[in-house]
Amino acid sequence: MSIPLSYNVRNLMVRKTTTLMTAAGIALTIAVLLATMGLVRGLRSAFEATGDPLHVLVLRKGGNAELTSLLTQEQFQIVKSFPGIAKGSDGQPMASIEVVTVINIPSEDSPEGMNVTVRGLSVQGVQMRKLKVIEGRWFKPGLREVVVGKSIAKRYPGATLGKQLRFGKGYWTVVGIMDAGGSATDSEIFGDGNQVASDFNRADTYSSALLEATDEGTAAALRNALQSDRRLNISVMTEKEYYEEQTVSSRPIQFLGTFVCIIMAVGSAFAAMNTMYAAVARRAQEIGTLRVLGFNRGSILFSFFLESVLLAIVGGILACIIVLPLNNVTTGLGNFITFSETSFNFRIGPELMAIGLVFALILGAAGGLLPARQAARKEILTALRET
Amino acid sequence: MSETVVKTKRLSKEFIRDEFHVKALDAVDIEIHRGDFIALMGPSGSGKSTLLHLIAAMDKPTDGEIEVLGANLRQMSDKAIAHWRNVHIGFVFQSFNLLPVLTALENVELPLKLTRLNKKERIEHAETALKLVGLGDRMGHLPKQLSGGQEQRVAIARAIVTDPDLILADEPTGNLDAAAAEDVLTMLARLNREYGKTIVMVTHDPHAARFAKTVRHLEKGRLLAEGTLPADWAGAVAVRA
Repeated sequence: MSIPLSYNVRNLMVRKTTTLMTAAGIALTIAVLLATMGLVRGLRSAFEATGDPLHVLVLRKGGNAELTSLLTQEQFQIVKSFPGIAKGSDGQPMASIEVVTVINIPSEDSPEGMNVTVRGLSVQGVQMRKLKVIEGRWFKPGLREVVVGKSIAKRYPGATLGKQLRFGKGYWTVVGIMDAGGSATDSEIFGDGNQVASDFNRADTYSSALLEATDEGTAAALRNALQSDRRLNISVMTEKEYYEEQTVSSRPIQFLGTFVCIIMAVGSAFAAMNTMYAAVARRAQEIGTLRVLGFNRGSILFSFFLESVLLAIVGGILACIIVLPLNNVTTGLGNFITFSETSFNFRIGPELMAIGLVFALILGAAGGLLPARQAARKEILTALRET
Repeated sequence: MSETVVKTKRLSKEFIRDEFHVKALDAVDIEIHRGDFIALMGPSGSGKSTLLHLIAAMDKPTDGEIEVLGANLRQMSDKAIAHWRNVHIGFVFQSFNLLPVLTALENVELPLKLTRLNKKERIEHAETALKLVGLGDRMGHLPKQLSGGQEQRVAIARAIVTDPDLILADEPTGNLDAAAAEDVLTMLARLNREYGKTIVMVTHDPHAARFAKTVRHLEKGRLLAEGTLPADWAGAVAVRA
């Protein structure tokens, strides 16, 4: 049997201020960690939710971004004649040549404007993506009409339903808001491919082509066949691979967050250690008494170690309370592949909170081990004589 | 002859304090038997507390032998000593040494946590011990809510709750007023008389020593022969009177 837990809990409660200050330090550290992880997870989830395993994306040779890719109509005609491409209800191949560019529009966070991706695409392109219009309607071919992703409508006051956006050679009316299920497409603006290409003088050179294979096995075969066709001089990848590669845009913030968190964690562990050393010094006589009553060094070590862990867990719980309101908050992050902003939601779920509590436990353990060891190593008479 | 509870042979304790070599205990031979109530007396620095700490295995001798309740304490491991102390020794401190965040009942229950008793049995034992010292109505009180005399009675309850063979008391009345001291000493005498507990009490108070059956004096680390008083004893008594 060990020293009762109530002894540790009550000691933490007796020194309320010290406990709260130390726990607050630990809480801030863990809150930074959780916020960073929530942000990175949100961004990753946005990219990972984008793309269909049946979709194959065609870019120029060596291209890794639609924005910098060039694809001619001639190339597209060859591409869409390849076997393995699914057919639409009209018997036409499910293939869409698309033009991708960026425009600058003011957002709530950046009144000076942020880059947003505009995608000009065909009816097949819209059908392949299986998107839902949640307000308004789809754009009509041949008109300067756009449908914006729901994140765009949320974050850009000038891009809400019925508003007009000025880009290309004129004003474009927002006729609909689409829901792409939290994917990166929610951060894009869709318009008629021919109209966008014309406005940006890209009638001859589009950006990319999206193809839908009949099944996943065929998608791989189609990809290989296109890649090895010497006439085309193109790069081919699945749409999923393309968006997964873009998760690298979260790496700088992940690195920075982790770096800051490590520094704070060291500080917090020292704070916990300082608190526990003070507790050991203040309770030396109690340690001596416990030893006289028959508790061995191991019990003393475990008791003070546990107290440090409890203290840190209080910090961990505080951290969860601090970051919980961030869950599902929409934010945006510049993507250096598309040179535009991707909107996404913070994702602070139970799994992340469990990570936070485990991290708190580690901090408490790191901060508590040495003071607990010191408590356990005290000689009985030395401890009893300390005041 | 009753069973020997404590037996020392040329027991010595030396240490270095501020670069000075101090001989706290010098070749002490003593035998304490079951049912004894012995008061160890002597001036400050005479070695009486050192002897008590060695009997309780709270310290290690530098020389000589010590056997308590048949156990050779010098040969026992740290862990074994902790267990042995829990089972066989009840210790009463001068400054009570109750854990301030625990109630009287929880303080008394504490040593029982190391036994095989379940929670219900532990509570029953602790309640009985507290009732025995007259604190049945103070079980839920924290130490700061008790008087000095009541705190010491809780400490005595904690010392007897495991039903130890030997109760060691280090200046148990040192921090108490006369009335509270009288209560505590009466209680120790009762534990010895009615429950047959062997008690070794360190005190420098001749009045407290009168409650013991035997009084032994120490001077400069040496145990004086039974019935012998230290050289300045008569003077000390005269000054007190």
